[in-house]
Amino acid sequence: MSREPLIFELSAATKKGFTFPKLDVPEKKGALEGLPMRAGIPGFPQVSEIEVVRHFTRLSQANFCIDTSFYPLGSCTMKYNPKINEKVAALPDFLGSHPFAPQELVQGNLEVLKTLEDSLAEITGMDAVTLQPSAGAQGELVGMMLIRACLGDRGDPRKVVLIPDSAHGTNPSSAHICGYSVQEVKSNEHGTIDLEALSRGMTGEVAALMVTNPNTLGVFEQDILKICEIVHSKGGLVYMDGANMNALVGKFRPGDMGVDVLHLNLHKTFATPHGGGGPGCGPVGVKKHLEPFLPVPTVDRGPAGYRLNFERPKTIGRVRSFYGNFLVTLKALAYIHSLGGAGLREVAEVAVLNSNYIRKSLEGVYHLKYASPTLHECVFSDKLQKERGILNIDIAKRLIDYGLHPPTMSFPLIVPGALMIEPTETESRRDLDQFIEAMKAIAREAVEAPDVLKSAPHVSPVRRLDETAAARNPVLRWEGPKE
Amino acid sequence: MSYISLSEQDKKEMLARVGVSSPDDLFCCIPEGIRLKKELRLPPPLTETELLRHFETLGRKNKESAQLSFLGAGAYRHHIPYIVDYLSSRGEFISPYTPYQPEVSQGTLQVIFEYQTLICQLTGLEIANASLYDGASAVAEAVLMAERLKGRPKILVAGSLHPQYREVVRTYLRNLPLRVEEMGYDAKGQVDIETLKQKIDGDTSAVVCQSPNFLGVVENLDRLSEVVHQHQALFVVVVAEAASLGILQPPGAAGADIVAGEGQSLGLPLSFGGPSLGFMACRKEYIRQFPGRIAGETKDIEGKRGFVLTLSTREQHIRREKATSNICTNQAWCALKATIFLEALGQDGMHELAYQNIQKAHYALESLAAIRGVRRKFGGPVFNEFVLEFESGYSKIQNRLLANGIIGGLALGPYYPALKDCALFCVTETHSKDDIDRLAGLVVEVVR
Repeated sequence: MSREPLIFELSAATKKGFTFPKLDVPEKKGALEGLPMRAGIPGFPQVSEIEVVRHFTRLSQANFCIDTSFYPLGSCTMKYNPKINEKVAALPDFLGSHPFAPQELVQGNLEVLKTLEDSLAEITGMDAVTLQPSAGAQGELVGMMLIRACLGDRGDPRKVVLIPDSAHGTNPSSAHICGYSVQEVKSNEHGTIDLEALSRGMTGEVAALMVTNPNTLGVFEQDILKICEIVHSKGGLVYMDGANMNALVGKFRPGDMGVDVLHLNLHKTFATPHGGGGPGCGPVGVKKHLEPFLPVPTVDRGPAGYRLNFERPKTIGRVRSFYGNFLVTLKALAYIHSLGGAGLREVAEVAVLNSNYIRKSLEGVYHLKYASPTLHECVFSDKLQKERGILNIDIAKRLIDYGLHPPTMSFPLIVPGALMIEPTETESRRDLDQFIEAMKAIAREAVEAPDVLKSAPHVSPVRRLDETAAARNPVLRWEGPKE
Repeated sequence: MSYISLSEQDKKEMLARVGVSSPDDLFCCIPEGIRLKKELRLPPPLTETELLRHFETLGRKNKESAQLSFLGAGAYRHHIPYIVDYLSSRGEFISPYTPYQPEVSQGTLQVIFEYQTLICQLTGLEIANASLYDGASAVAEAVLMAERLKGRPKILVAGSLHPQYREVVRTYLRNLPLRVEEMGYDAKGQVDIETLKQKIDGDTSAVVCQSPNFLGVVENLDRLSEVVHQHQALFVVVVAEAASLGILQPPGAAGADIVAGEGQSLGLPLSFGGPSLGFMACRKEYIRQFPGRIAGETKDIEGKRGFVLTLSTREQHIRREKATSNICTNQAWCALKATIFLEALGQDGMHELAYQNIQKAHYALESLAAIRGVRRKFGGPVFNEFVLEFESGYSKIQNRLLANGIIGGLALGPYYPALKDCALFCVTETHSKDDIDRLAGLVVEVVR
């Protein structure tokens, strides 16, 4: 397959891909007076419409995606994105809505926001929810800001946040932007939080524990009640990273069990598309004592309809413009309405079944560092293959030749050579079996034909790419032909 | 509805393989006492047909679409070529994850590479990232970046920066040892250069100005840049209306060190404010402190050109608390739409877009400012927005317009007490001459 040129390489002056309606007001030279103008946009493309259409169609064909292949990226919850939700989010009454429109003209939008807030509060057991954060990491940041504001309001925001060594990198990074220093909590031999280590670390300086549950190994923190008790007894708060909520919907509500604040990823659990990296939405749920600090505006329901409330004296402020990624919230609400309570519970049950089916089928073929039972995902490693020089990257790249997307690699950090597999609930038995068979075949190849793995992938649009060279000599934009 | 692909037989066999007898047994690791025993209290499930009807009904509770609107203020209505939606809704673009596996993500990665190039060309800067959440958080990231580069505790922000952007900057900085000071505007509606000269000092990391600013006025960036650089501070230029870059001097050429902005105008519908597109560009020398994902060019083992995510040692998954930002998921799909939009329009199209906005806004401004009791508030040059002051106050006029199916400009009183009788009107290429004449005609009636 020949590579698609860059659009800039197809460009020629006077070509046109779009025509504006003719200007229908009298043209005035004076309109431009005083404006600093540019001479042109050097290098900017000029192509025809069909060239744009073919360019992007061909580019799209170089992508793996959920619509074409099994995509078991651990921690990412790559489930099917229902198409009808796209149609819902494209209804003109929502799409054309201006964020500064008078509130009485956008009651439909406000009802969508409020209904989703209420639904997520019910699903998580929290008392209030904000939909403003644009993604999980921004949700974490908001969550930590809420904790800091709440503790500050009590007299001392404290200095330290405890984070397990298995946590996602956004956790420490979000805590840091919030002015906290980060202290790592070691995992025990089950891959869960070591209660003694937690008790030792949990001093009066500690503002919060950030806990992912189930954690990044897919293991449920069984001692969650005790964990919350230890943190609360020293005046700290518990933040739950809800990235793995797909394992728990309808089965467990964090808000009932001592969690003070949590974030969700609508683009994971609630099936909104990942879009090649975004947009997502990272709602934050809180218990009553944190509610006064939520970002503005909140949506209130009153006798005269829905109303945006900006008058909240203790608010942390806003973290983005307007009301969050509104169309994403719309898709998530459509998803919840499609499934209902029983449907959501089935999501968790089948996601956990599919993951355990894969785990059971590959145990012994690949090394499993932790024997603890797992929920929606399982983390194998390359330990058995490494003896022959085969690394997780070789296994991952070889999967591509089998038409499958690789699992998440090298994460969590506590499993060297990790292969983190999350199948989600939407996959068929046939797809799961194909993946299992491919993984077994690759394990055999690792013994019989290791070179095939080392040089994989063989049938992708490009072969293995030199990432080291890309970082050493960064070429981050097209520059045009060298003179 | 259900999106499960297992048959009951599959489930039975798979449970047997796992070695449990019921789905509930799979959750044995959650102590019995803390499992949810009841069903979630949510409305009953809807079929596709019911779902669509439900949301159509909800949508009809919005009464906005029948109105002619002159709102802008950070969210702009522009023509969107049909192919933007057509191409971006392909499953191959909308359903993949962040391109962690480059060999099977060349589509997404090349799009990011082209997007970065287009943003560099538009802003006149050397490097751009793969997108941030929105204009407001992009400005906050730019400020954090400037502080990392300069290590000085003060940030000067124009009062004519979008009020929500200023709020977001304050939220991001509220727990850090940094202080924000604001600068007022002069009679032309531009940053008051005397205040800038008074306030800037050796403690200043960055000066943040928006152009066209929230009052619609285009700044003299060259003049500001000179003052900023005399004090070795960084000049952060914010562009909330990206369509202006089709014709206005690129901020990089005027000395901007970092450009942060909102790309909603580039092919994204209003969508009640989101998802939109935060963009960011800077000088090459600042790359190590640049936030967000970046795509770069490289070669595969056969020497063929390919693209990868690169310089990830800046990012949270590698650097954890020492990362340049906590961002992970960004607005990739919105950046894709912007890329299609920009490539379809091309250089001539971007010029035409910007030119029509200027001409139409100018026509509207002349028509309205000619009405007795209505005054152009600021003398500075404008792009597609302008502030009008109403002798008899704005709220009566706003209500009368609304009663006649027109959403007038944004009342500025809540944001600038001194501008309580003023409103910010936006006119783009989507307004016809008739639209503008209708607005002016009504204002004449109301003012009379």
